[in-house]
Amino acid sequence: MTAWVGPAIDAVYVAAIVVFILGLRAMSSPATARRGIVYAGIAMLAAVGATLATPHLSNFALIALGIVVGGGAGFYWARVVKMTAMPQMVAVFNGMGGGAAAAIGAVELLGSLTSGATASLSAAGAVIGSISIAGSTIAFLKLQGWMPQKPIVVPARQVVNFAVLAVAIGFGGVAFWTARDAYLLPFFLLLLLYGVLFTLPIGGADMPVVISLFNALTGVAVGLDGFALVSGPLGDAGYAMVIAGVLVGAAGSLLTALMARAMNRSIGNVFFGAYGATEEAGGPVAGSMKPIEIADAAVMMEYATEVIVAPGYGMAVAQAQGKVKELADALEAKGVTVKFAIHPVAGRMPGHMNVLLAEAGVAYDKLFDRDEIDAEFAHADVALVIGANDVVNPAARRPGSALYGMPILDVDRAKNVLVVKRGQGKGFSGLENELFYQENTRMVYGDAQQVVTALVSAIKKGPA
Amino acid sequence: MAADLWTALFIAVLAAFVGYEVISRVPVLLHTPLMSGSNFIHGIVLVGAIVALGLATSPLERAIGLVAVIMGAMNVTGGYVVTERILAMFDRSKPKGGPK
Repeated sequence: MTAWVGPAIDAVYVAAIVVFILGLRAMSSPATARRGIVYAGIAMLAAVGATLATPHLSNFALIALGIVVGGGAGFYWARVVKMTAMPQMVAVFNGMGGGAAAAIGAVELLGSLTSGATASLSAAGAVIGSISIAGSTIAFLKLQGWMPQKPIVVPARQVVNFAVLAVAIGFGGVAFWTARDAYLLPFFLLLLLYGVLFTLPIGGADMPVVISLFNALTGVAVGLDGFALVSGPLGDAGYAMVIAGVLVGAAGSLLTALMARAMNRSIGNVFFGAYGATEEAGGPVAGSMKPIEIADAAVMMEYATEVIVAPGYGMAVAQAQGKVKELADALEAKGVTVKFAIHPVAGRMPGHMNVLLAEAGVAYDKLFDRDEIDAEFAHADVALVIGANDVVNPAARRPGSALYGMPILDVDRAKNVLVVKRGQGKGFSGLENELFYQENTRMVYGDAQQVVTALVSAIKKGPA
Repeated sequence: MAADLWTALFIAVLAAFVGYEVISRVPVLLHTPLMSGSNFIHGIVLVGAIVALGLATSPLERAIGLVAVIMGAMNVTGGYVVTERILAMFDRSKPKGGPK
């Protein structure tokens, strides 16, 4: 090896880390966010390039094959997926990272079962990575609708889960003490099972928090794998992994906590509470749901001074964001003030609604966070709820309700409430929404895109 | 514990604080792209996967190493493209719903 190759590769790693951090910082402001991901991408290319240039590596054909297959699949899938499916895409790619971390841990364990510190660090990376890939897979299946989104509760699950994890780690210990690789198979299988069991009881509305947690966990797993590598022959790649992994672990943990806080729930409650499954489903609600014709709803909005739109997951599912933008334009053309109230956990990810409305071309200054706009509902003539449910349920204000304490949009305080909804079903909490039974609430049943399209044409035509 | 492990631990502690500080002032608007972006950054796992496969000797190690590289590469490319697509929508200079 030429003397300068090693230091040159190290220099690339250092530069890559600097650019990663700058990129992450740029991503935390709207004006520079796009530049941030490009920086991070360049840093990643440099780091991977430097690693490939490292002396002593072999199996280059396999490495190339892996990069082409994995990179190609990831690129293709990420290109074709619809914007509404972004949450589960993040879950998938995050799971891949966790799986890679677990696999690296496995290779390390197969090679170094006798050296204590390295083996335990690899094992820890394998534990967390395995939980992350199994859990992310379940999160993907739930969000994609390929399995029920409701919490699935196994009897005595805390005990069962703990036992599974304990036995898994026991197998890991036995593999270490006896230096027999065969015990690693049940070790990994049980860890995957634990990841599945951990995620099953968590309901659809909590999925964003879970994905964020697995994102942080994958970061930690990558960092731990990095620890295991630093004492190996190619230690400097290990340092890069430690920094990037821990960076994501810390940032992801904070993001997870912020998201849980937006729902006024503790992290423990989200992950171990089996929300909506163990609590009372709530009694019947007085009153009835009152439907309204499209034409009447259109007139109601046309003659309003101010309309506040509260979008939710239903808008994302129906891909109605473009039509919602048209509706806002049509109303504004008639002199109506239109604002959007964005609940922090509306949709399936924080900022999900912002992303979709931005895609449709709605200006930022019309989007308001919950605390900015809540007081304004009382002055609004019409609150238009499009496919949102639990985040507008006034039951959250009443002690004793399963939703109690969750911050909601105060749409029920508007003079009139219009709710666009596919059917009479309940939200992810499984609770009846008292808003729908209110005296001043009218229901417009149907697919959000079709309903909003009809509203737009009714408004453009003007009152008959 | 070996000296390099202690060094790595020092680095990890500092990185944790950096990660916390960098994220703490992010508007809700950017939470989704940020989650996606940090998802991309832990794609650095690909580097470890390349090292693991590059040093693998037995067929079993090679097979698992190959799986690691495939998954890591998916994490990197998928994470980048998804984040880029989300952030492209925040770019004011482009016409609305502009070409991807």
